[in-house]
Amino acid sequence: MRVLSIAFNTFRENLREKLLYNLLIFALLMIGSSVLLTRLTVGEWDRLIIDLGLSSMNLFGILIAIFVGISLVSKEIDKKTIFTIISKPVPRYEFLLGKYLGLVVTLLINTAVMAAGLFVVMAYLKAPFTPMLLKALGFIFLEFLVITAVALVFSTFTSTTLSAIFTLAVYVVGHLSTDLKLFGDKMGDAGKAILNAIYYVLPNLERFNLKGHVIHHIDVPATDLVLTTAYGLTYAAFLLLLASIIFQRRDFQ
Amino acid sequence: MSTDTIIQTEGLTKVFKVGFWSRRVTVLEGLNLEVRRGEVFGFLGPNGAGKTTTIKILMDLIYPTSGHATLFGRPIGDNQAKARLGFLPETPYFYDYLTAAEFLQFYGHLFSLRGALLEQRVTELLELVGMSHARNLQLRKFSKGMLQRVGIAQALINDPELVVLDEPMSGLDPVGRKEIRDLILRLKESGKTIFFSSHILHDAELLCDRVAIILKGRMVACGRVSDLVGQSATQSVEMVVEGLSAEGLEHLRPLAEKFVTQGSQVLAVLKNQQQVVSALEIVRSAKGELVSLTPHKSSLEELFIREVKGLEPGLREGQ
Repeated sequence: MRVLSIAFNTFRENLREKLLYNLLIFALLMIGSSVLLTRLTVGEWDRLIIDLGLSSMNLFGILIAIFVGISLVSKEIDKKTIFTIISKPVPRYEFLLGKYLGLVVTLLINTAVMAAGLFVVMAYLKAPFTPMLLKALGFIFLEFLVITAVALVFSTFTSTTLSAIFTLAVYVVGHLSTDLKLFGDKMGDAGKAILNAIYYVLPNLERFNLKGHVIHHIDVPATDLVLTTAYGLTYAAFLLLLASIIFQRRDFQ
Repeated sequence: MSTDTIIQTEGLTKVFKVGFWSRRVTVLEGLNLEVRRGEVFGFLGPNGAGKTTTIKILMDLIYPTSGHATLFGRPIGDNQAKARLGFLPETPYFYDYLTAAEFLQFYGHLFSLRGALLEQRVTELLELVGMSHARNLQLRKFSKGMLQRVGIAQALINDPELVVLDEPMSGLDPVGRKEIRDLILRLKESGKTIFFSSHILHDAELLCDRVAIILKGRMVACGRVSDLVGQSATQSVEMVVEGLSAEGLEHLRPLAEKFVTQGSQVLAVLKNQQQVVSALEIVRSAKGELVSLTPHKSSLEELFIREVKGLEPGLREGQ
């Protein structure tokens, strides 16, 4: 229950700090582009609107996951609000978990509202709706779970600026890791070892990208769906455990 | 250790590593402290003496480098001990997007307080700290004194047996300070143990059953205020007399350490009880009129300054 109280408080903070105003930008983008696309493009515009919708949902969500994620804990330490929480019967990992859940719920609502917006635009444009779209949305959210956890890990031991840089780096490299491995295979032993290590340690974020599948109507086998979901959840859980261990040991000065 | 021991520390030491090269700075060294049930305990020292560090260790916010501490006989960090504890940090910053009522409800939830019971508790506490009128106002609109008050309410949400306050009086105006003092006394009356840190000694003198003075991470004095002040006090008595004859004046002068005549009044500072008795005899026989007789005890502040100077030879008067 304590975790949920902290999660609810974090969610409420996000609401009152007007975080969800980004939805307005998304709405304007959707409306504007749907009007423009129908006028400018011959055919194919249903694919374009889905691509644009999913990409901007991904971008907005990732920006929130990174920039709100890195401040989840550091803001509480800077503002010393954490003092009154940790001195109460709240184990440190519960605090961390509560903060994480609070942001995840914010992202879930943010993504759900954006998805609803996309569906409305698609219905208006009479674009075909496929179940693959829902799978892609699920995977976008799975990526948010992982990136928020990455931001949380960094914020438990380093400054906000460094956390932002590191999390962004993990995000970018995480999307390139398959390419890095291929590149490494063509290099010498040392280079191969380093790039292989990066490939295995960092999250392989391209696995969560199903945009191409939606647009080109390519199906994904059920086993792949299950495995990728398990991979994302396990990766996030492992990061939360790591963050808890670091957080348990640190002093709040 | 008796069940009446609420806080106990043994050889508590904290070394911080600062800077890129991890230079070691000892901020607390071998602190032994015992706070008993029902007392108001003042933890005094200048800024940077190690007061907040000690409190942070007790509150499970930082870990000691060595030594040991217990709350209610349980190790630091124990949730059962934390459930009986209330804490107000120094210059508190709270969740400023919450209203006063939401703020207290949130902390109530952390103690699994719910529903009507929590509502009642929130209302009682807002009344206790005089903040009922600001119940639905966001904390970002609060003044410093108001924040301090809801901060205290937050520390009392679980009806704790021990209340720890870090510099509760700092930054408040005289009225605010008096209100906090009254509140501390009310808490004491209701049987709570209060441990607070302060560098405002006057407040401590008025409130505390016992105090500890800490300087540069080490405890230099601990005990009842009266004992501490009494031990080191060079007590004197100030006597003011009017209409004393010239002969009476002559007799009185050699007795007094300080002797000042102003118009028909005479002020004499007497060193001990014997001199006071003799002086009174002279005044009576010379048919003078006693205007006042004031004993001067050295205050906690004088003791404090003496200890600071003793520890820091560079800090002499006038420097």
